[in-house]
Amino acid sequence: MNVLEVENLKKHYPIHAGLLRKEVARVRAVDGVSFHIAKGETLALVGESGCGKTTVSRCILRAMPVTSGAIRFAAGEGRTVDLATLPKRQVRRLRRHMQMIFQDPYASLNPRMMVGDIIAEPLKVNGVPAAERRERVRELLELVQMPQSARSRFPHAFSGGQRQRIGIARALALNPRLVVADEPVSALDVSVQAQIINLLLDLQDRLGLSMLFVAHDLSVVRHVSDRVAVMYVGRMVEVAPTDALYRAPLHPYTEALLAAVPAPDPARRGHRRVAQGEVADPIRPPPGCAFHPRCPYAVDRCRAERPELAPAAGGRWVSCHRAGELGLTGVA
Amino acid sequence: MLPTPMAERVSLAIRDLAVQFESEQGVVRALDGVSFDLHAGRTLGVVGESGCGKSVTARSILRIVDRPGRITGGRMLLDPGTDGEVDLATLDPESRPMRAIRGGRVGLIFQEPMTALSMHYTVGNQIIEAVRQHNDLSKSAARDRAVELLREVGIPRPEARIASYPFELSGGLRQRVGIAMALAGDPDIVIADEPTTALDVTTQAQILALLRRLQAEKNIALMLITHDMGVIAEMADEVAVMYLGRVVEFAPVTELFAAPRHPYTRALLRAVPSILAAPRQRLSTIGGAVPHPGQRPSGCAYHPRCGERLGAICMERPPAPVPPGMTGASCFRDEPQERAA
Amino acid sequence: MSAAIEAGPVDLAASAAENRFAQATQLQLTWWRFRRHKLAVISLVVIVLFYGVAIFADFLASTDPHATDARRSFIPPQGIHLFDESGFNPHVYGLKGVRDTRTFKVSYQPDPARKLPVRLFARGYSYSFLGLFETDIHLFGIEGGRPGESMFLLGTDQLGRDLYSRMIVATRVSLTIGLAGVLLSLFLGVLLGGLSGLYGGWVDLVIQRVIEVLRSVPTIPLWMGLAAALPRTWSVTEVYFAITVIISLIGWTDLARVVRGRFLALREEDFVVAAELSGARQGRIIFRHMLPSFASHIIAATTLALPAMIISETSLSFLGLGLRPPAVSWGILLQDAQNIQVLAGAPWLLAAAVPVTLVILAFNFLGDGLRDAADPYG
Repeated sequence: MNVLEVENLKKHYPIHAGLLRKEVARVRAVDGVSFHIAKGETLALVGESGCGKTTVSRCILRAMPVTSGAIRFAAGEGRTVDLATLPKRQVRRLRRHMQMIFQDPYASLNPRMMVGDIIAEPLKVNGVPAAERRERVRELLELVQMPQSARSRFPHAFSGGQRQRIGIARALALNPRLVVADEPVSALDVSVQAQIINLLLDLQDRLGLSMLFVAHDLSVVRHVSDRVAVMYVGRMVEVAPTDALYRAPLHPYTEALLAAVPAPDPARRGHRRVAQGEVADPIRPPPGCAFHPRCPYAVDRCRAERPELAPAAGGRWVSCHRAGELGLTGVA
Repeated sequence: MLPTPMAERVSLAIRDLAVQFESEQGVVRALDGVSFDLHAGRTLGVVGESGCGKSVTARSILRIVDRPGRITGGRMLLDPGTDGEVDLATLDPESRPMRAIRGGRVGLIFQEPMTALSMHYTVGNQIIEAVRQHNDLSKSAARDRAVELLREVGIPRPEARIASYPFELSGGLRQRVGIAMALAGDPDIVIADEPTTALDVTTQAQILALLRRLQAEKNIALMLITHDMGVIAEMADEVAVMYLGRVVEFAPVTELFAAPRHPYTRALLRAVPSILAAPRQRLSTIGGAVPHPGQRPSGCAYHPRCGERLGAICMERPPAPVPPGMTGASCFRDEPQERAA
Repeated sequence: MSAAIEAGPVDLAASAAENRFAQATQLQLTWWRFRRHKLAVISLVVIVLFYGVAIFADFLASTDPHATDARRSFIPPQGIHLFDESGFNPHVYGLKGVRDTRTFKVSYQPDPARKLPVRLFARGYSYSFLGLFETDIHLFGIEGGRPGESMFLLGTDQLGRDLYSRMIVATRVSLTIGLAGVLLSLFLGVLLGGLSGLYGGWVDLVIQRVIEVLRSVPTIPLWMGLAAALPRTWSVTEVYFAITVIISLIGWTDLARVVRGRFLALREEDFVVAAELSGARQGRIIFRHMLPSFASHIIAATTLALPAMIISETSLSFLGLGLRPPAVSWGILLQDAQNIQVLAGAPWLLAAAVPVTLVILAFNFLGDGLRDAADPYG
């Protein structure tokens, strides 16, 4: 059963210029993205800057209106709603089912509210009575391994890692059906990052979370996700189970990404192929396949025709004209 | 590609560098006796988490530490053992000799190219200015040199790009310009402070490859500061691991990864997420968090978080630092050794 | 698995000082930061004292500020003499009528032969204390004076009115007219700035253009026009409030811009987005999450708006366009000092400039201190 099904999602930002404010160009931040998340599974959304992964995560939560496409969400009792076309008032009522963990632990907590109130806020706003709220906050603090004395303290008393735990507690307060984690560990030190990754893994096990994990760090993604979706310049290029993607990528961009990650092993140095060129501009993406100027395997068709996301063996999806005929290198 | 024997000359020798910051909350010791050498043609990787003092070290070498910070001890010897030996710690930061050294002998590559470059001037303007500060060239000769530099750092069509403003360039191109600026004065020592942290991973790979190539071509002593163990493995010949203002371990890179000697290094390596991991593989964590440098633990700075404490001795006094040139850990469990040839 | 464990839950520091810091609200943190600005704290004390004077104005005055007597015009400041032959006996000199031999006009001069003792809690002219009850006790005054006699600590003006008492009473008017205007500006500024920042689009466009038009109108001619339009038949109180409204019709623009800017910035903050994503309604997001974050900015901006109000009223009245006699304000007092001939003969009339300057400076330092304490990074 799928918690979320995204079909051909597009988010364009028009650029207006001139006296009459005519549209002269569009930033195609998200340009036709499709994927699904099954119940209890963690799907990682990876890509470099400008790929649109953060925009996708915000669109799914309807933090902004969508240009076109469908976002089918399992709203409970077997119903499915399309978040993309739902009126704002009804979106607000569904908010309790999808929550977000933010990237910046220093900006995501209201500095003027006590931690206990911050965690209780989603409960309060959704009409949970006070006694139940108190108990739930107690539970949640235990769940994220924070002491109960944190309730009466303010965020400024806590470190980045601790704040992130508070943010996670807040996101889980309403037992949401879907958790969107937007780079939850990128702003943390290595040792703290490890703690939070472990916490997320524990929570996945205990609560059977369905999670969309947006990240750029492929090593973290390897630990945390069941499946991986790779984006480039607003398009989905590959979706696959984690192991399969890392061992045997099907898209040249995935291969380039994996090759670019420096492994903490000096013996492996210098044995990788470095991708050429710059990440493409979402305002003026190259014609045809957006990756073709940097792709060592590009042929004429790649310059002319934009590839579709097509199914491949093993529940995988690839958007490449030459998928299947290329023998690409992964990491072990 | 194993590290070559230590026959290369030492370009910069740092000895017992101490830097402190005074604030209303008291005195904070940002650096507490740091010693290491930079060799020509080799890369020293400096790795550590926030608060370890790696950036302060870089800024101290270039004498650009902002007040209320100041150097309270130690020496920074440029060209040690030669007639022209100069202790950078004794120079006035605004003096002519220091300004000549800054950029002319020691270049700095910043983490965030947006802060290193001014938005109000073209890229060309800024590089030409840097070139002319260290070379007596006419404007047109300096311009040619600037175009050359842009070409060297791999910027396509440099004659056209020289007229661009920094905000017109992508992150990767901006960092290349940052590298070009650092090299404008033809320094033989380059300090790169987290040069790829703000970049995408594919761009990072390109910039690291560029740095390696430039270092080999110009025989530069490169000090690469980062928090990323992968970058260290990829780039460094030797590694200094820093924690709370001290060097806690110093070793050639293969040895560091194969047989780390300090409990912190061991814990850090276990805590790093690996691209080769099994699904749902848990990481080994280090308990607690890095203490604030103003609240330094007594004795060994790492002892409250150390899983391999020896006992009371760890709390009483700090362990001896690793002597420069030797391999070892600043830990009561370890005896530093001579480097294997 | 985990090498070093985190002792179960995260271990938080338990020292008392750290606890206090951890549990301190943003307000407390702001106060602690504010306390470190010596100048701002001194300014706060000064302002509190001034408002104390405003509240107890009549009590502190010694002579009826409205009582005129042409014969005692331009009396220079009388000092209080603390000692005489009998020891500690604060007194001032009485007045003696002197006939000018050329004009045959009688004027009063201080007469050293006649001593009037100065006492605390003396009886003087009667007044209504804050409209609650009538009394005639003042902080200090003379005993046993003849009608028309009094102490003139700062001398008298052309009409023989005691400058010191007038300055004290003027404090009340000048400081409170600022308050009323600022409150009105505050309301308009927060409302319109908030709408502008929250809704954006054409609401924002319209409001911002209105602000720009209002700000581009040259203020003094505008005030002159509006003040001239006020009917001469209106009472002092009515004029008072009309002036307030006039001044705050311009004053709200500054605050509106500050509020709009903060709203725009706050809308993008992660914690506000988090509140939105929890399902909170717009109202709750604004009042519970956004407003507290810029309350301190508003307080700081308001504190800086007060001196502007005071200066406006003082300037208007100085030019004769604002309050009119018999109202007393610093501006009106300074009106008397416009004439250079008068000034040459009676320079003490400029004394009213001193409290104006002090108060304006104090408010500025206070506002700066508040702003720095509220937002040390911005």
